[in-house]
Amino acid sequence: MNLWNAILIGFKEIWAHKFRSLLTMLGIILGVSSLVAMSALVKGMEVGAQEALIAIGGLQKVRIESQDVPIQQWQLKDQAVGVTINDVYALGASAPLVTKISPEMRLFGATASKKGKSFRPWNCTGVWPVALEMYEHVIHYGRMFNEIDDEMARNVCVIGTGVRDELFGSPEDIGEEINPVGETISINGQPFTVIGMFEHYESEQERKERELAKLQPKQAATGPKRSRGWSGREGSGVFRMKNNTLLMPLNTVWMKFRAAGAGASKSSSTVANTLNVPDPRLSVLEVKIADVDHINIALQQIRNVLMATHKGIEDFSFRTQEERAESIGTFIHNARMSGGIIAGISLLVGGIGIMNIMLASISERVREIGIRKAVGAATEDVFVQILVESIVIAVLGGLVGLIASYGLVRLIVSFSPTDNAPIITITAMAIAFFFSACVGIVAGLFPAFKAARLDPIQALRYE
Amino acid sequence: MALVELRNVSKIYHLGGEEIRALDDVSLDIQPGEFISIIGPSGSGKSTLMHILGCLDSPTRGTIKLDGTMIHDASARELARIRNQKIGFVFQFFNLLPKLNVLQNVELPMIYSGLAGRERRERAVQALRMVEMDNRAKHRPMQLSGGQQQRTAIARALVNNPKIVFADEPTGNLDSHTGEVILELFRKLSQEGRTIALVTHDPEIAAVTPRRIEIRDGKISKQVDAKLAGLDRVNAERGTRSAEHNTGAKLPAAN
Repeated sequence: MNLWNAILIGFKEIWAHKFRSLLTMLGIILGVSSLVAMSALVKGMEVGAQEALIAIGGLQKVRIESQDVPIQQWQLKDQAVGVTINDVYALGASAPLVTKISPEMRLFGATASKKGKSFRPWNCTGVWPVALEMYEHVIHYGRMFNEIDDEMARNVCVIGTGVRDELFGSPEDIGEEINPVGETISINGQPFTVIGMFEHYESEQERKERELAKLQPKQAATGPKRSRGWSGREGSGVFRMKNNTLLMPLNTVWMKFRAAGAGASKSSSTVANTLNVPDPRLSVLEVKIADVDHINIALQQIRNVLMATHKGIEDFSFRTQEERAESIGTFIHNARMSGGIIAGISLLVGGIGIMNIMLASISERVREIGIRKAVGAATEDVFVQILVESIVIAVLGGLVGLIASYGLVRLIVSFSPTDNAPIITITAMAIAFFFSACVGIVAGLFPAFKAARLDPIQALRYE
Repeated sequence: MALVELRNVSKIYHLGGEEIRALDDVSLDIQPGEFISIIGPSGSGKSTLMHILGCLDSPTRGTIKLDGTMIHDASARELARIRNQKIGFVFQFFNLLPKLNVLQNVELPMIYSGLAGRERRERAVQALRMVEMDNRAKHRPMQLSGGQQQRTAIARALVNNPKIVFADEPTGNLDSHTGEVILELFRKLSQEGRTIALVTHDPEIAAVTPRRIEIRDGKISKQVDAKLAGLDRVNAERGTRSAEHNTGAKLPAAN
C-alpha cells in the first residue's frame, strides 16, 4: 500500500466521522491558534519595544552618570568634582568616537504654570541645542533654542505636546490645535517664553487608533467633564514621557535655578547654597557614539578622557542602551517561553485527545483490521494507515488552527487593546504547524502500534 | 508436486497451564485444481487447520510447503505477502468493509499488492463479472442480500488469482437456496481449474466435494473420496473430476 492510499483512507475515515473528528481536531486547532496568537502578541511587544528604543535615541546613546566614589578611593572623596561642563569640552576635544555630546541639568519636581493651571512635566531640563538630535525630537511649531539663547541664558523654552495639552488644552478637548509659540509660561515662578513645540510622539498603533477615531463622528460630551488621569491622548510608556518634556537652555537653568537664591531650594544640589556660586555639576551627560559595533572602544575612550578630567577618581558610570535592549530581549524571551509552554501544553492536550480517539477508533475497527490483514495487509500497512490517520487529523487541525489564529488575535485585541498590535509571523505559523504535525505523529504511534500488532485470527472473530 | 504439503503439523495452546492440542500431528497434501472439504464438529480443530493452511497462523511444530515455498519461519511481512498473492479467503460472515462499496471491497487486496488504480479497477470489474455482481459495483454491502455479499467476497478472494481459495462455512449464514447457489458457484470455479478448500461442519455441504477430510480432536480421523461415498455418479453428471484415493496418490479417473 502506498502512502497516497493511506492518506486517502485517512481522509475517508475522518469524513465518515465528521463530528468526532471535528471535536478531536478542536484540541489541535486551539493549541495551534494559541501558539500563533501568543507569538503574535509577543512579536507585537517586541516591535513596540524596539520602536520605543529608537524613540529615545537608539543604541548609540550612552549616558554618563555621577556615582559615588568607589570604596578604594574614599580618601579622595572631597576631590571628586562630579560630571561637569569641563568633561563635555574634554570629550569634544579628545574622544573622536563620540559624535554628539549633550550635557543636561535636570530640574526635579519643577512646576510649569499658566493662568492658574499648573503642571509638573516629567522631564524639565536644561540642555544644549544638540539635545534636539540626541533625543530625536522634531520641532512642530517655532524653533529650537540656539547657542545664542544658551550663551545669553535667555528665558526661553521648548515644550512637548503633553505640556501644551496640560497648560493650554489638548486639541481633542477644545477641538482645535493650539500653537503655544510666543506664549509666556512660568517655571518655578520665573517667566519663560515658549519658542517652540515638538510634534506629538506616538507609537504606530496609537497613530492608527487616532486616525480611526478621527473618521468616526465625535460623540457629544454629556455631563461634567472628568479628568482622564494618565490615559487618553497621552499614550503610554516612553512616548508619553517624551511628550511630557520641557527643555530650556543649559545656561539658563544653571544661572536661574542652580545659583543660590534663585529657586535654589528646587535644585538637586546637595552642596550648601550659601555661596553665590551655582552648582556646576550636570545631572546627566548623554553622548552619542559613532558606531554601535565599536561601543567598547568608544566607552574606553570616554573613560580615558573622563579619568583625566576627574583626576583619576572614578565618580562616574556609563549606562548604555544595550542594557535596556538586553532587558527587553530578556523580557521578550521570558514572555515567549511562558506563552510557548502554555500553548505547548494545550497542543499536548490536543495530542492526547487524538490518541484517545484513535484508540477508540481502532477498537471499533478491530474486525476491519482483521479483514485487511487477511487479504494481505502487512503489519506495516496497518501501522502506517493508523499513523497517517492521526497525522491527517493533526495536520488538518493545524491548518484550521492557523486560520483560527487570525480570529483569535482579533478577539484578544478587542478584549484588551494594547499599544502594540500583535504581528502574526510566518515563522510562528510554520513552527506551530510543524508542532501540530509532530503531535499527530506522537499521538498516533501507540494506537498504530496497537492496531498493527492485532492478531488477524482474533481480530476476525471479534464482534 | 502438491500445491500444499502439510507435514506433522501440530498446534498447541496453553490455557491455564493445560495443554490443548488444537492440531495433533497432521499431514496433508492438496493437489493443484482439487476441490476438497475439511469437515468436523466445532472445536475439532478444522478452523485452526484452515488458519495454518491460510498462513494466518503458524504451527507450533511441523512444516508447511505452499506452492513450492517452505513456510517455516516466515516473518509476519512475508506471511502477509503470501496471503495477499497466493491465498483467497471467503468467510461465513462475508467480512466486507461496510464503508466501502462493492468495487472498492474487491479492490482491497490489490491495494496491498501495490497495483495502480486503473489496473485495480479493471481486474475488480472482471472478478465481479465472474460472480455476476458487476451490476452492483457501486452498492454498499449493507444494500446487498447475503448471497450477493458472499459473491462479492468470493470476487475479492479471486481477484489476485490466488493458488488456493479457503472458504470457511461460506453458506453458514445463508438460507439453503442461496447456499446452493454459492456452492454451485464454487463448483463452477473448481471446474475452471481453481483449487478450493471448503471448511464446514455440515456433511451435506461437504458432500459436494470429491474429497473430504474429517477432523476430530485435532487429528484427521478419515479421508473420504466421492466414489466410496457413492457420490461419484452425481459428480460425474456434473462433470467433476473423479475422486482421489487417500493422501497424495492420484488415481486415474474411474470413468
